[in-house]
Amino acid sequence: MFDVNKIRSDFPILSREVNGKPLVYLDNGASAQKPQVVIDAVERAYAHEYANVHRGLHYLSNLATEKYESVREVIARFLGVRDADEIVLNTGSTMGINTVAYGWAMPRLQAGDEIILSVMEHHANIVPWHFLRERQGVVLKWVDVDETGYLDPQAVIDAISDKTKLIAVTHMSNVLGTRVDVKSVCAAAQDRGVPVLVDGSQAAVHEPVNISDIGCDFYAVTGHKLYGPSGSGAIYIKANRQQEMQPFIGGGDMIREVRKDTVTYNDPPMKFEAGTPGIVQTIGLGVALEYMMSIGMENIAAHEAGVRDYARSKLDQLNFLHQQGRTADKGAIFSFTLDGAGHPHDISTILDKRGVAVRAGHHCAGPLMELMGVSATCRASFAMYNTTDEVDTFIDALHLAHDLLG
Amino acid sequence: MASAAFEEIVEDFEFLDDWEDRYRHVIDLGKAMEDLDAAFKVDVNKVHGCASQVWLQFYTEDDMFRFDGDSDAMIVRGLVAVLRALYNGLPLNEVAAVDAHAELARLGLNDHLSAQRSNGVRSMVEKIQTVVA
Repeated sequence: MFDVNKIRSDFPILSREVNGKPLVYLDNGASAQKPQVVIDAVERAYAHEYANVHRGLHYLSNLATEKYESVREVIARFLGVRDADEIVLNTGSTMGINTVAYGWAMPRLQAGDEIILSVMEHHANIVPWHFLRERQGVVLKWVDVDETGYLDPQAVIDAISDKTKLIAVTHMSNVLGTRVDVKSVCAAAQDRGVPVLVDGSQAAVHEPVNISDIGCDFYAVTGHKLYGPSGSGAIYIKANRQQEMQPFIGGGDMIREVRKDTVTYNDPPMKFEAGTPGIVQTIGLGVALEYMMSIGMENIAAHEAGVRDYARSKLDQLNFLHQQGRTADKGAIFSFTLDGAGHPHDISTILDKRGVAVRAGHHCAGPLMELMGVSATCRASFAMYNTTDEVDTFIDALHLAHDLLG
Repeated sequence: MASAAFEEIVEDFEFLDDWEDRYRHVIDLGKAMEDLDAAFKVDVNKVHGCASQVWLQFYTEDDMFRFDGDSDAMIVRGLVAVLRALYNGLPLNEVAAVDAHAELARLGLNDHLSAQRSNGVRSMVEKIQTVVA
């Protein structure tokens, strides 16, 4: 039974005030708050269970290694991956996508080869591919969304040519909330022998993800959006792709033997995990994912769909507000601008005075902003702990912003 | 010692109890301010470190320090108007001595000067101080 009040009581920060008002935290797309179990796990790890991992033979090193390594299996279970060795631990999606760009794409792609991107990718899934364009003449092919923010999977598939070497696409837009039918994209791409990288930074927070079912080659997630510590994350890399990859970052942990004139690497996934990792952050992420799974991803998705529908019905009544992203099954992420002179930063500032935290800016999605013809928007992004009462507070604050700025 | 124009704003603010009225007043000050000519909205006049776009155009008039400004955000535009009231008309050698933090505190707007606020008041003040240095 999903009890949002019980869940709210698990997140200590949600009971604080901001500017003298109860906090209404609607910036979850940027980063989610942390439940007490995660905070406790981080404290316990530092207070009682801390040492470096993998190298030591002493008690604490073994204990920390055990705790840290067990998270690989938790992430695999969370993402519907059978073999935990296909999970590469890292600091988040940016690191994961760069690992693929440097480790898989750069050594393989040549001038004229193509990478297909949707126009609503986050900069983390754009800039690493720009590196390939700049440095080795790879061509970026963009697929637009329609006026509702819908990305037609067939349009992505139709963009595949003999030159296509990779499709990199989000599972859920961080700006529009648009869900992408990545399974259809993967099925068609697989027929053509084209690997698919899915940016799951947003989707994995809001819906059950089963990578075995999706059939992608790479799937990136970020811990701090998943109610876990910042600086934690992972990328799923299919075993055969791991074999094709070179290591991206060199250092400790990723090697088996180093001599003056030779180096042999560790087996994957550690081959792609150089240096002392975010030990405690990763342990915290494991606890966060267990927490989400104990609530149930289906339950979280159902609750958020309810909040989304309520928020949409309220926002639709505001004739001074323009929403970007209108697909019916979108995640509970709303981008909007106000008619008239109100700049998104003005709106955000006024909402903040009412305790309502939203994002204002380009949301690290330059190409999408360009397509929509705006330089910035406000974004309210909901999480499992948000309520319809908070939607009401948000709507009231929007009325005030319109009144002050109109 | 602040200018008469700024003292007038301080007096107006004394009648405004809550933040909504203060913000409304700041926004109104911005609305009342003349637009900066598009010709001056150029890179060299841009204030970096602001989340929105801000331009300040500096000049002197009868040896007194002056600037005009603009922003695409209404609250920031209002804050530009407040800073113009604070600084404009001062002798050049007195500009650096203005304690912007203390003066804005009199309006209850000093939180806009904290280092990590991205509205750019701090960057604007720094730019003003650089110009007269």
